[in-house]
Amino acid sequence: MQIDLFALAAASPSEATATEEARRQLEICNACRYCEGYCSVFPAMTLSRAFSDGDVTQLANLCHNCRGCFHACQYVEPHEFKLNLPRALAEVRVESWETFIWPHGLARLFQKSGVSLAAAMIAGIALILAAAYALRPENGQGFYAVLSHTIMASLFSLASVLPLIVIAGGLWRYWRHVGGDRVTLAHLRSAFIDAGKLKNLSGGAAKGCNYEKEDRFTMSRRWAHQAVMWGFMLCFASTVSATILHYAIDLKAPYRLLSLPKLLGVPGGILMTLGGIELIRLKIRAEKALGAPAVWGGEMAFVLLLTTIAASGLALYGATGSAAVRPLLIFHLGAILAFYLTFPYTKMVHAFFRLAALVRDAQTRRD
Amino acid sequence: MSRQQQTALAQTRWDVIVVGGGNAALCAAIEARHEGARVLLLEGAPKPYRGGNSRHTRNFRCMHQGPMSVLTGAYREDEYFDDLMLVTKGRTDEHLARIAIRNSEACLPWMENHGVVFQPSLSGTLSLSRTNAFFLGGGKALVNAYYNTASDMGVTIVYEAKVRHIVLKDDLCEAIRVVIGGEEIELSAKAVVLASGGFQADLDWLARAWGPAARNFLIRGTPYNRGEILRDMLDSGAESVGDPTQCHAVAIDGRAPQYDGGIVTRLDCVPFSVVVNKHGQRFYNEGEDVWPKRYAIWGRLVAAQPDQVAYSLIDAKSVDLFMPSVFPAISANSIPDLAEKLGLPVDAVEKTVAAFNSACRPGKFHPTELDGISTEGLEPPKTNWARPLDTPPYYGYSLRPGVTFTYLGLKVDDSARVSGAHGRYQNVWAAGEIMAGSILGQGYLAGFGMTVGTVFGRKAGKEAAAHAN
Repeated sequence: MQIDLFALAAASPSEATATEEARRQLEICNACRYCEGYCSVFPAMTLSRAFSDGDVTQLANLCHNCRGCFHACQYVEPHEFKLNLPRALAEVRVESWETFIWPHGLARLFQKSGVSLAAAMIAGIALILAAAYALRPENGQGFYAVLSHTIMASLFSLASVLPLIVIAGGLWRYWRHVGGDRVTLAHLRSAFIDAGKLKNLSGGAAKGCNYEKEDRFTMSRRWAHQAVMWGFMLCFASTVSATILHYAIDLKAPYRLLSLPKLLGVPGGILMTLGGIELIRLKIRAEKALGAPAVWGGEMAFVLLLTTIAASGLALYGATGSAAVRPLLIFHLGAILAFYLTFPYTKMVHAFFRLAALVRDAQTRRD
Repeated sequence: MSRQQQTALAQTRWDVIVVGGGNAALCAAIEARHEGARVLLLEGAPKPYRGGNSRHTRNFRCMHQGPMSVLTGAYREDEYFDDLMLVTKGRTDEHLARIAIRNSEACLPWMENHGVVFQPSLSGTLSLSRTNAFFLGGGKALVNAYYNTASDMGVTIVYEAKVRHIVLKDDLCEAIRVVIGGEEIELSAKAVVLASGGFQADLDWLARAWGPAARNFLIRGTPYNRGEILRDMLDSGAESVGDPTQCHAVAIDGRAPQYDGGIVTRLDCVPFSVVVNKHGQRFYNEGEDVWPKRYAIWGRLVAAQPDQVAYSLIDAKSVDLFMPSVFPAISANSIPDLAEKLGLPVDAVEKTVAAFNSACRPGKFHPTELDGISTEGLEPPKTNWARPLDTPPYYGYSLRPGVTFTYLGLKVDDSARVSGAHGRYQNVWAAGEIMAGSILGQGYLAGFGMTVGTVFGRKAGKEAAAHAN
């Protein structure tokens, strides 16, 4: 009797596709189930006896890479079963984003290459710099002395709408691939609560991830990610509130400290900066081979970009009224422009696909 | 390990040396360290394989008077003891068994305080939610937690430390000879705890004890439990308990690796199968009782068949009634095709299945309880879940005996101290599989190995440290 399952394990990873390798591993996990309490992946896994490509993609996007299962696993190398589920799922995840997001080549470029993302940031800054010189406003106060509000608003509206259209297309393809059903409010509610609490980085009763300290559980990554995620939300809310103030009551930037944009934006910027620095520190200490090593550079560049945006935003506030405003604003806006234009092709997409996976999980959960 | 570190190990006068690196060894090391002892733990396996068979465990059977941690209801001493007597058929040292049972209750919070995280019972194991506390992530997660705790407390841990000989003079252990990094060195300690498991991974020893058929057995757990310390102690005159010829074996997927296949190689399909040997003949009532009560005898049954192999045949009606195995079933659209794919004599299998099918009687099939759907006029009968194999595709699995542990062990007293030819040794204790044979003389009770290891590991550690002080 020939056992194809383990012939696959013997083959080098490049010979089996990411999905095939993850399927091989999931079938072993599904016969064990010791990890059931760590996260949502394992209870979801037990719903199937055989895993379609769509099932594998869904489980891969549901995985938050907490790595608890790796360190608890009796079948990791040197065992001949060679399990490394966090990595297998990370590789499927990365590949799935490249497949679902159009055009595919850009995702491959920015996910894998930190240098490309850095180049995009420089290009973004150069673009803003060029705009600031070529379209120098004749009048305007504060920031708008550097670049007029009309240009700023139209540039960034376009830069954020285009990526969102690309993302929407990707999510639509994802949903068809994993066989998603009609979404109800209850599904969304469940998914947003899980995402908001980062439930799947909690390690269940174990309290945290096995990330930067091998098999020891720590909450560092969960808290750092919370800081970045909620900080990002606050900054986004700050921008929205500023837009409303600008158009609705003609109240223009810069805003006072006791104004909505500042009350939201300053704590948001601080959270994002501190959380980002911590995520960078953790990522350096964590074992590369338990994620998708091919995209480590791209992921790191993405966290650096986010942290840079937050930190330069805070610096801009600190520099109010000084000569540093002009270069800082150009730098800050350039980085944001790069972030917007590349975000369907960077680690940023994980937020959208993770949310979709959580919605799908809410649809299939038995409880 | 550098020469310098080896010298440092050899020059230290240890209070307690623990031989072994699984649950019992870690509990002993942690308790001894709590008492202030200078503790060295010698694990024979390399770090990725540390933890012996504890790596493969998943729960802890625990007495309790009411709901406790993840455990529901109550599980009192007498019920626990009765459950044990049922599986060992009376081959139990009642005194030691009751010590293990009574002390299990205090162990659970102790385990939690030392890093072990429990979870409610896993899906498919709800029957154990009252009696057994499951480790989140399984036994390896428990082992990791204990290693972290021990090392934070200051226990010195050496991996790939092959203990060769316990140097005994009369009733005193004088030294331990161990090979570390290719060098044999002699270590001295005021007290030693032996927690190095049974001998089930030594196929030669198994073959001597059981017969040559044992060479066809698969070992479910670690390849590092080769019984070297057990052998050494017995050669030095230590008293033994347990049947030296017996091991606990269950029927597992015949395609499992020789060692360390663990939980994923188990097959739960027998009650819904027709099981034949390599000649295509049935040999035992597949539906005698519910699987949790019968899985342990099938290792022995298969071991008694020619070439120690059997084949479990099912049809499409039953394929979803049991946990998936890690290996896909062999499938075919007819019984002769299936027999051929499995390498079985086609005519014999066809006849066996035809005879079985015509002996089946209608009735209300119920997969999770004894449904009394029995064959009539068939020898051996199948007394429950007897449904004809008539719905293609048909599926087949090969079965082989998978050895869990061996029963031969060191005789210990209430405090886990080992007995030798001149009475109890002054400074040698034993815990875990190496002494469990006195409590588990036969059979196995889920989660009880971890109870014995934890209770006697802790006792041994405390006593050894008290002796050293």
